[in-house]
Amino acid sequence: MSQDLFDAMRQSIIDGDPEQAAALVQQAIAQGLDPLVALNQGFVPGVNYVGEQFAQGEMFLPELVVAGEAMKAAVAVLEPEFAKRGTERQILGKVVIGTIEGDIHEIGKTLVATMLSASGFQVYDLGVDVPVMTFVEKAREVNADIIAISALLTTTMVRQKDVIEALQDSNVSAKVMVGGAPVTQGWAQEIGAHGYSEDAVGAVAVAKRLMGLA
Amino acid sequence: MKPDFKLLAPDLVNRILDEAFHLLRETGVKVQLPAARQLLAEAGADVNETTEVVKLSEALIRRAVSSVPREFFLYNRQGQPSVRYGGDTVQFDPGSSGVHYLDPDTLEHIPSETPHLVRVLQVAESLPAYDAVSTSVVCNEVPKSMGDWYRLYLVLLYTTKPIVTGAFSAQTTGVMIDMLALYAGGRASLAQKPLAVFDVCPTPPLIWSKFGCQNLIDLARAGVPAEMISMPLAGAGAPVTILGSVVQHAAESLAGAVIHQLAQPGAPLVWGGAPAIFDMRQGTTPMGAVETAMIDACYAQVGKTLGFPTHTYLGATDGKIADYQAGLESGVSAMIGALAGINMISGAGMLDFLACISPEKLVLDAEAIGMAKRMARGVQALSDTLAIEMFAGIEFKADFLKKKETRALFSKEQYLPSRVIDRASIRAWQDAGALDAWQRAKAETQNILAAYRRPVQPEPEKELFEMVSRLAREAGMEKLPPLEL
Repeated sequence: MSQDLFDAMRQSIIDGDPEQAAALVQQAIAQGLDPLVALNQGFVPGVNYVGEQFAQGEMFLPELVVAGEAMKAAVAVLEPEFAKRGTERQILGKVVIGTIEGDIHEIGKTLVATMLSASGFQVYDLGVDVPVMTFVEKAREVNADIIAISALLTTTMVRQKDVIEALQDSNVSAKVMVGGAPVTQGWAQEIGAHGYSEDAVGAVAVAKRLMGLA
Repeated sequence: MKPDFKLLAPDLVNRILDEAFHLLRETGVKVQLPAARQLLAEAGADVNETTEVVKLSEALIRRAVSSVPREFFLYNRQGQPSVRYGGDTVQFDPGSSGVHYLDPDTLEHIPSETPHLVRVLQVAESLPAYDAVSTSVVCNEVPKSMGDWYRLYLVLLYTTKPIVTGAFSAQTTGVMIDMLALYAGGRASLAQKPLAVFDVCPTPPLIWSKFGCQNLIDLARAGVPAEMISMPLAGAGAPVTILGSVVQHAAESLAGAVIHQLAQPGAPLVWGGAPAIFDMRQGTTPMGAVETAMIDACYAQVGKTLGFPTHTYLGATDGKIADYQAGLESGVSAMIGALAGINMISGAGMLDFLACISPEKLVLDAEAIGMAKRMARGVQALSDTLAIEMFAGIEFKADFLKKKETRALFSKEQYLPSRVIDRASIRAWQDAGALDAWQRAKAETQNILAAYRRPVQPEPEKELFEMVSRLAREAGMEKLPPLEL
C-alpha cells in the first residue's frame, strides 16, 4: 500500500509534475503517513535518481529543473506538517543565493540554486540585482551557512567583495562562495571568498566542502 | 520545411541529361559482357560486337529506366524495414573495403584483419547514427578469393542492421546472396525483404566491365538491390569540371540502369557513386575536397530528377589521423550530403582516401552525422504558438528552463551529442582529464565495445557456419580465424 504511494511520489519527481507531487503529499497526510517518511522514502529517491541520471549524462537540465520544481511543491505541502509534529527534514545546509546589485543575469545563479536544492540544501533565492545588505540581512534572518553570490560583469563582480566586508562588519559567520563568467579562483582568493566554482555541478561540491561534508 | 539545397538550376539538370544522352547515342558505352550486349541488342540498341561499343537512343534509355522503383526498403535482421531508399531520406553507413586499420595507440596504419572488422561492426551496430552497416575492411589474413563473402559472414554474425556490401567477382555475388538468404528464409523472401544492397561499379570512362555487367544482371534477377557506384575522377578519369564529371556519371549510370532493368524490369536500383576530384599537386583522389562533395550533390540532384533512390561516398577524410583536417572534411562533407537529401551516405570512419578505417573515428563521425541529420530535418513549429504560450508566467525572468514545454521539446529540437563532444565548463573538462576529442573517442569506443552484446540467431548461424567452413576449405583455408562469440 505505502510502497505504491512511495513509487508514485518517486515518479512524480522523475516526471517533474508539481501538481501530482503535491496531491500525493495530501494523500499521504490523509492516510496518516509520517511526513518525514513520505519525504525520505517517496520523494528523495526520485531526486536522487534524477541527480544520478543527470550526472551520467542520461538526463538533462530541463528534466533536473522540473524535478526540482516538483520537489519544491512537495516540500511546500510537507513543511506545515513538519511544523505540526515538531520535526524537521534533514538538510545539508542553508544557502542564501543571488546575483549581485547592478547585475540582472539570472540563468547561472538559478542553475546553481536548483542544483543545490536538488542536492539537499535549503536554498533562499533572492533573485537578481540584490543589494549587498540584503544578502547580509537574509543570512542573519535564516541563520545561513553559505552565501552564494553570482556576478556576470567585471563591473559588478567587485561588489562580491563588498558583501564579504559587510558580513565581517555585521558579525555574520556564513561562508561565501562566488561564481559567474568573469570570476576566477584567483579573484575568489583575492576577496577572501571561501569557495568558487566554474559551473553548477562544481558549486554543489564546493558547498558540500564548505559544510565539511566532502 | 526541410532545407532545399540544390547546386543546379533546372535548365542545367536538363543540359546534363541532354549531354549524357548525346554521349550514349554518339560515343556509346563499352559493354564487355556478351550477355549484356545481347540484352541491349534485343531492346534495339546499336551494338558493335567487335569494339563492344553499344549506342543507346534516348527513347530506349527512358523506356528502360521508367521501370526503376522510386522507393524500396532494406530490412534489418528482425525483419523490419529500417532503411528507406527514396525521397529525401538521409541515412549513413560506415565506409567500405578499406585495407588498413588505424591502430588507436600507435597511430600506425596496419593491414586490417578480422578483429579490426569485428570492432568496426560492433561500434557501427551500437551507434544510432549509423542506419546501416557495411563490409568495411578487407581481412588481409584470409585468402583474397574468399575475402568478399568472409566479410559478409562477419557482418551477419555481429550486426542486425541492413547491410551495404559488394563483391569483387561475379561468382562471389551468388555466394553472398545465398548467405543472406539463410537469414531471410530463402531467396524468394530475400527479394521480398532485402537485407542488403550490393555496390556495382562501372569503369570510368563509360565502360561496364564483364564483371560489372554480370553483377547488374544477377542482382536484378535475384531481386537484390543494386547500387551503381560511378566514379568519375575529375581531371583524370573524367572531365576536369564538376559539370563535365556529372555528365559522365549520368551517362555511366544510365547505361547501367538500362542493362539492369532489361535483365529484370522493376528490380530495385540506386543512383550511387564515389566520384572525386583529382588533386593536381599530389595526383591523389581527395574524398574530403569540397568539390568532390559538390559533384555528389549535383549527381544526386540529377538522379532524383529521374526518380532514382540515391547514394554517395562522403563523411570521410584524406587525413591520416583523426585530427582537425579529418573533422573538417568528414563533418563538412557529411553535412553537404545530408543537405542534398542523399538516401545513403557511405564513408564514415574512413581516412586516407578510403584506405584506412578506425572505430574511434566512427565514434567521432557519429557526432558529425548527428548534426548533419539534425540540419537536414530543418526547422519545424513544435508548438501551437511559436513563443507566446511559453511566455505565460515568465514575467521578465529567465525561467524558461522550468517550463514544461522546455522539458517536452528540448530533445526534439536539439541534437544531444555524446560525451565525445566537449561542451563542459573548463573546470569539468580539466577534472575529466583535459582530454582532446581523439582521447575522448578512444574512451567512448572502449565503453561501446564493453557494452556490446552479440545478437545471436541460432538457426541461420548453424547453417552459416556449415556454409563458410565448406567455402573456406574450397578456398584453401582449413580453419577460419577464431572469433570470440
